[in-house]
Amino acid sequence: MSNNEMRLILAGFGGQGLLFGGKVIAYAGLIEDREVSWLPSYGPEMRGGTANCSVTLSDEPIGSPLITDPTALIIMNQPSLDKFEDTVVPGGIIIVDSALTNTPPSRTDVSSFTIPATTSAEEAGLKGLANIVCVGKLWNELHFCERETLDAAIRKAVPARKADMVDKNLAALELGISL
Amino acid sequence: MSETNAEKIVFKRPDSLLPVITNYCPGCPHGIVNRLVAETMDELGIEGKTVGVCPVGCSVMAYKFFGCDMIEAAHGRAPAVATGAKRVNPDNVVFAYQGDGDLASIGMAETVHAATRGEHISVIFINNAIYGMTGGQMAPTSLPNQVTQTSPYGRQVSSAGYPVRVCELLATLDGPAYIERVCVDTPAHVRQAKKAIRKAFQNQIDGIGYSFIEVVSTCPTNWGMTPQDAFAWMRENMLPYYPLGVYRDVVADGYANAAEAAAARAADCPIATQGGAR
Amino acid sequence: MAEKVLMKGNEVLAESAIRAGCRFFFGYPITPQTELSAYMAKRMPKEGGTFLQAESEIAAINMVYGASASGARVMTSSSSPGISLKSEGVSYLAGADLPAVIINVMRGGPGLGSIQPSQSDYWQATRALGHGDFQMVVYAPSTVQEMADYVYRAFDIADKYRMPCMIMADGMLGQMMEPVELRERKTDLPAKPWATTGHQHKREHNVANSLYLTAEELDRLNHERFERYEEIKATEQLSEQYLCEDADIVVVAFGASARIARNAVRAAREQGVKVGLLRPITLWPFPVDAVRATIPQAKGYLCVEMNMGQMVEDVRLAVEGQAPVEFFGRTGGVIPTPNEVLENIIALNEKVGE
Repeated sequence: MSNNEMRLILAGFGGQGLLFGGKVIAYAGLIEDREVSWLPSYGPEMRGGTANCSVTLSDEPIGSPLITDPTALIIMNQPSLDKFEDTVVPGGIIIVDSALTNTPPSRTDVSSFTIPATTSAEEAGLKGLANIVCVGKLWNELHFCERETLDAAIRKAVPARKADMVDKNLAALELGISL
Repeated sequence: MSETNAEKIVFKRPDSLLPVITNYCPGCPHGIVNRLVAETMDELGIEGKTVGVCPVGCSVMAYKFFGCDMIEAAHGRAPAVATGAKRVNPDNVVFAYQGDGDLASIGMAETVHAATRGEHISVIFINNAIYGMTGGQMAPTSLPNQVTQTSPYGRQVSSAGYPVRVCELLATLDGPAYIERVCVDTPAHVRQAKKAIRKAFQNQIDGIGYSFIEVVSTCPTNWGMTPQDAFAWMRENMLPYYPLGVYRDVVADGYANAAEAAAARAADCPIATQGGAR
Repeated sequence: MAEKVLMKGNEVLAESAIRAGCRFFFGYPITPQTELSAYMAKRMPKEGGTFLQAESEIAAINMVYGASASGARVMTSSSSPGISLKSEGVSYLAGADLPAVIINVMRGGPGLGSIQPSQSDYWQATRALGHGDFQMVVYAPSTVQEMADYVYRAFDIADKYRMPCMIMADGMLGQMMEPVELRERKTDLPAKPWATTGHQHKREHNVANSLYLTAEELDRLNHERFERYEEIKATEQLSEQYLCEDADIVVVAFGASARIARNAVRAAREQGVKVGLLRPITLWPFPVDAVRATIPQAKGYLCVEMNMGQMVEDVRLAVEGQAPVEFFGRTGGVIPTPNEVLENIIALNEKVGE
């Protein structure tokens, strides 16, 4: 397995934009012509229940798109932290939204960052973009692509009918990078 | 025929009917209805652009009888197959020719949904109240107390339920443009049936919509009667249950087509009438 | 080279079909193929094509039958329980020698089963989707790119051999996004002089039919059809070999499970186990030749499937008892983990190494 491979799980409630956050990262991989896979959880549990998605960026063909040993986690609710914390490989990274979880990660063999993503986003007038704040934080820690690629990925991932959301997403990225 | 020919031909095989021997039993009205469909194709000059869909049942071999292109469908699926054919070549004339078991039992979903979609096809329905090809079992249109191989004590409505009146049922839908029930027991009735079948095809050519012609028919073989007795039994028992007549005719009602009639029916429903009749 | 785009597998199946010249789609809603129908519903009107949500899977496949008889490139899609409903119509397509493309985005079974990924319709697709003696060409893509490539190819193969072709995907491949390079739009489609398009008095009438009441005639036609199948077996087998040249252990897996197996093979190589992956791309015709080519070197085979062991029978038939053929599978929507597969590789390696 490539050392350069990022296997990320984004997990939380349906409606938090986790699938979109994953899509932004997948687009970053696409723009840099890397191997990419994006896999959502699907089924009835998505309607208001927990949702997660697996994103892999690699320099080699990707095996399973379903990640069982993530190198990175973005966690936006407590059940997801409970479910995925133990699966992270040693040396991996966990980013947790403190506004939505009760207890911080307990692992000591990984880097964990508990950030007030939802609170900061709301204070900055970026309600609903905590997902992108977390993506910004993850980029700040891992630099999984070039900085300008990330902005370009936002532009690609935001659908044309929501083009007015591009700037807010870019601002949320900046906010996450600064946290 | 050249004009100098002294003999005037007054009756001949329709061009759209191939010169083959059919597999219909003696006295079976299928032959009459096949002929009426073929005459219609001849008169409208449409054999070359007509595609027929035949069913599973006594008319299963009809692809060998009609001169137009033919598709043999699975049991009950003729309206779905006809839908596929019509959607691919909308300028063609597509008809389905089905019996009662095929159309009103195993294929009821396809029948109802092709009708409610208002597919621009013509469906010819032969209702003789019995499964003929398999040897005389109870059909969805078998009458109460009618004895068949699988209702040996007569159709018990307490357990087998009641016959389906298909014209009446389809007339509740918005899709059909024209629904008529006819029969072919007398020359006058045959002429009326021919008129109805021709109208069903003409409607399709004119883009008026889905047309459905039910022919109340007989099965001398499985009913165990002579052809004449079978017609008498049909008149006595079937016609009171399945009254002849027009069940829907949007043009006679003053509409240009089925869509206009449907829009008028739904006039009080804002979403259904958005953009007017389409 | 076209630009790569990021798309879901289900959407790619739809887009690539359109690019292959498919303008008729008949379907019925079912998870997890939903995005495919939704994509067709959106795109077909803009392509001047037809999207029709049928009243049932049975109606949908019979609309496919009518459209195919009428000369069109036509497709339907469903997931396992819906494919069972289509089986009657597929048998009729085969019996009437009509081309069509059928997508199965598989989910767990039997019965209503689950909506999670599965590969438990292998037997159904390769042995008996419907009554009677017939086969379909069955492609099992394992990437979104292959979903684009093989649905595109399936239309050509279906037309060439006048038979139904199936794409076997699963919930995972259907839902996942990967970068994909889409193929160019086909404009030059093959002529179909046999189609029931209306004879216009220029030819004998065409008939699309699977009914033959004369035993000898049906016997002759079935033999002719199987001669065609022999030609397909000889020319259309497809597979991918990964590190098989020196492999003691050959893992055989298709579709989604091949991706997991590939991870396990890589991990086992890192531990010094000489293992390779043979990935059938055509499930019918099964790549017998590729399997046989590994026999002189291989000491054992491990089939990894998301079912209780179906393809393993084809591997055993190809290996003809010359090496042990073992099986590891998960069902119901459980996706095997690379570690589970790795453990099975190591166990088999120890067993055959003795």
